[in-house]
Amino acid sequence: MLRLFKIAVRNLSRYKRRTFLTSSLIAIGVMFVLVFIAASGSFKYIMIGQITDSMLGHLQVHKRGYVASIDSLPLTLNLSAKAEKTLEKTMEDIPEIEAFSPRIKFGGMFSNFIETTNIRVNGVYPEKEIATVPLFLSRIKQGEKSIKEGEILIPELLANGMKTKVGDTVVVIATNQDGSVNGKQFIIGGIIESVTGPGGRDGYMHIKDAMEVLRMEKMEISEVAIRLKNFGKLHAVNDRLDEMLSKELKEQGKPIFDVRTWEKLSPFYNVARMIDVMTFFIKLMLIAIVLVSIMNVMIMAVFERIREIGTISAIGTLPKKILSLFLIEGFSLGVFGAVVGNILALGVIFLINLVKITFNFGRQSGLVLSPSLNSGDILWISAIVIIVSVAAALQPAFKASRMEPVEALRHV
Amino acid sequence: MSLVYAEDLTKVYSLGEIKVEALKSVSFEIEPASFISFIGPSGSGKTTLLNLIGCLDKPTSGKLEVSDVNTSDLTRKEAAAFRGKNLGFIFQDFNLIPVLTVYENVEYPLLIVQNVPAEERKNRIISLLETVGMIDQKDKYPDQISGGQKQRVAVARALVTNPKLVLADEPTANLDSKTAFMVIDIMQQMKDEFGVTFIFSTHDPKIVREVETVYTLQDGILVGQTAGKGGRHA
Repeated sequence: MLRLFKIAVRNLSRYKRRTFLTSSLIAIGVMFVLVFIAASGSFKYIMIGQITDSMLGHLQVHKRGYVASIDSLPLTLNLSAKAEKTLEKTMEDIPEIEAFSPRIKFGGMFSNFIETTNIRVNGVYPEKEIATVPLFLSRIKQGEKSIKEGEILIPELLANGMKTKVGDTVVVIATNQDGSVNGKQFIIGGIIESVTGPGGRDGYMHIKDAMEVLRMEKMEISEVAIRLKNFGKLHAVNDRLDEMLSKELKEQGKPIFDVRTWEKLSPFYNVARMIDVMTFFIKLMLIAIVLVSIMNVMIMAVFERIREIGTISAIGTLPKKILSLFLIEGFSLGVFGAVVGNILALGVIFLINLVKITFNFGRQSGLVLSPSLNSGDILWISAIVIIVSVAAALQPAFKASRMEPVEALRHV
Repeated sequence: MSLVYAEDLTKVYSLGEIKVEALKSVSFEIEPASFISFIGPSGSGKTTLLNLIGCLDKPTSGKLEVSDVNTSDLTRKEAAAFRGKNLGFIFQDFNLIPVLTVYENVEYPLLIVQNVPAEERKNRIISLLETVGMIDQKDKYPDQISGGQKQRVAVARALVTNPKLVLADEPTANLDSKTAFMVIDIMQQMKDEFGVTFIFSTHDPKIVREVETVYTLQDGILVGQTAGKGGRHA
């Protein structure tokens, strides 16, 4: 086998220019695909990071049925204090959970005493919220970067529309579970911007204030946002938590809790999916490049070496060894192209990181693109290139191995 | 026992609707350790006959046994294995593998075809390269040596597997007289030393003069069998 490799490599070096051009084409293809994967991956993870670290958290737990009616923020589907205790206890047994933040969410009216509009309010524990969504404070554009009792953070467009500013007194009015209406005065503590750009009606206040507005005597939670120590374990933790919580049943025998990853809660998951689909099509293009290049070279190689094939066949080389010889040539071209492409890609990625390319996402500007490759990407792309190279060489190699020696020797 | 036994050997080629009879009921026997030549004008069927004996092609009808094996029944794979084990080939155009050195060309059948152990392989190659006078050129590539040298390497490659039979198609056609005689001498020496049978297809009178038996083919028919100078000396 080693000798077949030696012969194959020498055959490739016999046509230096052709081998160089083909392997260069493969190498450049590999480089572009890897750089695209690294850059789009970086963009995707920055985007996911912005969504999860500013607002959603990695996982969320609701009472079953809440998410289906999330637009109306139904207070009747809040988790009871007992259920919340059960949830907290369960989370204590999962070491991968870094932090969690219980939230009371409700819809209400926001008045500056002249005009009134609607608002979605999130009542949170400030420390827990910041620990769970660490970019939260960076969204506060005006005012102190904190949530104090008696204060409310209001969304930017709402502040503009209602001509209110930090320090103004406003009233938040809401209907509680019993149907009675209650209001409370707040000082505008800060103006907060949405993660994804203009829009959004989410304001924030301390959870105790939310309880007061809703006249809650006992704590009831709309959702619990969870942050993991390692985002890569998202699905594993989701499954584990879901399994553990599925044992908690309502009186009717149905599960109380509903555990969801950020993917099932944010429309931006579809953008992330689109990036994955684009990457898939880029990989398909690479496969096409490799397939056409190698097949072209190997067809030429077989055509140019018909007499040689006749000779080695005449002196007793078995058809499978002739097949192997040409497959090894395709394999070697693929390996060479993949190795050079990987080196080039690592070089380009190093340069991109050195230059520090920045971009804007939503309201966030100056995000630094920091592409990186993991060994899985490198191995996966290399494996694709090598397998496709061998597959592309298969037809010409098979043709060579099936050649009649007497006709091959007659070839001029 | 004959090394090659042919009875009513016929080969018909189909060129579209036209059928060409390259060999017509040819029968002969060749004993081991013979030095034989098939002669005849172009198109007489010499190369076709050599191809059949060399298991490179199959007869349309008739019986052909080489080393007691009915070669007509061999599959493609069996034929390749049979050639690798029993036959050696010398071609008019030398047909050395251009990416291998002289040494590696001779080594090729032992390594790729017969899988002979390294030590034995080396001994056989060195010995044969010394015999054909190419030991000094062993590290050169085919494009770095002359035509005569290439044919000597081809002779060494054909003999390195210790074949019972070597088939040589116009082996001296591309060589000058001096080199041709040198190559013929080497082949005679191999035949005498190792009992290898050589069958030539040739126009070259230099070979015809040296062989033991000359078979003459004309229009696919075996029209004569005469003893050569080699035969007289034998």
